[in-house]
Amino acid sequence: MNLIAEALAWLAEPANWSGPGGIPARTGQHLAITALTILLAGLIAWPAGVLIGHTRRGAGIVGALTGAARAIPTLGLLTLFGLGLGIGLTAPLLALIVLAIPSLLAGTYAGIQAIDPAIPAAARAIGMSPAQVILTVEVPLAMPVIIGGLRSATLQVVATATLAAYTADIGLGRYLFAGLKSRDYTEMLGGALVVVALTLVLEVALAICQSVARRIVDPASRTQRTPA
Amino acid sequence: MIEFEQVTKTYPGGSVAVEGFSLVVPSHRTVALVGSSGSGKTTLLRMVNRMVEPTSGRVLIDDQDVQDRDPVELRRSIGYVLQAGGLLPHRTVLDNVATVLRLNHVTRQAARARAAEMLERVGLDPALGSRYPGQLSGGQQQRVGVARALVPDPNILLMDEPFGAVDPIVRRELQDELARLQTELGKTIVFVTHDVDEAFRLGDEVVVLRERAAIAQQGTPSDILAAPADEFVHDFVGAGRAERVLHTQTIGGRLVAVDGTGLPVGVLES
Repeated sequence: MNLIAEALAWLAEPANWSGPGGIPARTGQHLAITALTILLAGLIAWPAGVLIGHTRRGAGIVGALTGAARAIPTLGLLTLFGLGLGIGLTAPLLALIVLAIPSLLAGTYAGIQAIDPAIPAAARAIGMSPAQVILTVEVPLAMPVIIGGLRSATLQVVATATLAAYTADIGLGRYLFAGLKSRDYTEMLGGALVVVALTLVLEVALAICQSVARRIVDPASRTQRTPA
Repeated sequence: MIEFEQVTKTYPGGSVAVEGFSLVVPSHRTVALVGSSGSGKTTLLRMVNRMVEPTSGRVLIDDQDVQDRDPVELRRSIGYVLQAGGLLPHRTVLDNVATVLRLNHVTRQAARARAAEMLERVGLDPALGSRYPGQLSGGQQQRVGVARALVPDPNILLMDEPFGAVDPIVRRELQDELARLQTELGKTIVFVTHDVDEAFRLGDEVVVLRERAAIAQQGTPSDILAAPADEFVHDFVGAGRAERVLHTQTIGGRLVAVDGTGLPVGVLES
């Protein structure tokens, strides 16, 4: 109880809210790492997921691979990369990308495969090119599920991005590692609370995006049907 | 004119959907391909716009092999109507109808104007244009599907069991509407169905198919009813069915047609 009160006091301390080591600067870094991770993981996972979903092939193998990838402990992977690549941002970034890919990939191919196959088939039959079928039919219709994948990947990454401070002086994880080293549990708990708050904010924002996307792809659910 | 020349389709794994099929579909006529499921009728239809490629043989449109045409461009030049309309659920009815025009680079405004006109032509209130397909009844969706196929004014219309998903009363309405449109438009229509009555109602010529798209009989509906080629056709078209066997009775000085069950179905005019 006392610790929580101290952590809240730490959070209220103006000195902790300014300068390059302050909460806003570290939150900014933390968000930047998260965004960069999602972007790089997305560059791999989104096109791959679209391809698997569009061709409706390879989902079994990829499902097994992504399942296995989810079981990899990120801290272990980070240590492994860190040993090879040394101090810096590269090792945590790689470890986080490995963490993010399965959710992004699964959301994308599952979303596209869930579309009634008659819809893309009809789009093709009336003269849409394969690219038009993907971009104007399949991806928009899969968007709620793709955003669902983005949502779970973001949650995992934003929480795990604290590990970036393991090999680099960056992000909100610094408070955890620094606090751990100096046994400053107030700082640790304060930092952890900031991570929790950030995670909740992102979760709510992405949940809103998802429900907006859902309403766009299923507009019929918004209003009543007309009688036949 | 559409010509099938000795067309065969074998799917990987060895199942033969179509074997040595030849047929000429004359311009401005409606040919109904009728057969039970597995007769390869949909495969035949899909070969016309290269949704399915024949294993051997050729499909020609106006003497040109469809293999020599770009598939995407070919499909945009042919109207295609499928069961349940095959509409895009995330686009408004108007934008669904305008889709092919937009693919052919017509401006959005012009495409929508022509789409609205076509909605009216197929018997829909243009106000429905701002709705989404999921908000329409099955019959309305089917009309939207027909409008979408007709709006680029294609010469050829391919219809794949288009009215199979609606109830019999609405189906009858849609059939009448299509027949009316066809007298105005004179398209070359290939109509696939498993419903003999529908084939007889809409086809200038009817092709009855057995397995592997073997032609059991080809002719006008009256030819086929009057002289079924064999037992298979006789049974398939229901030539022996009570409601197809009519005889007359004189009642009150007039000739009344009565079917095999004794039900009066109409009065003969001399």
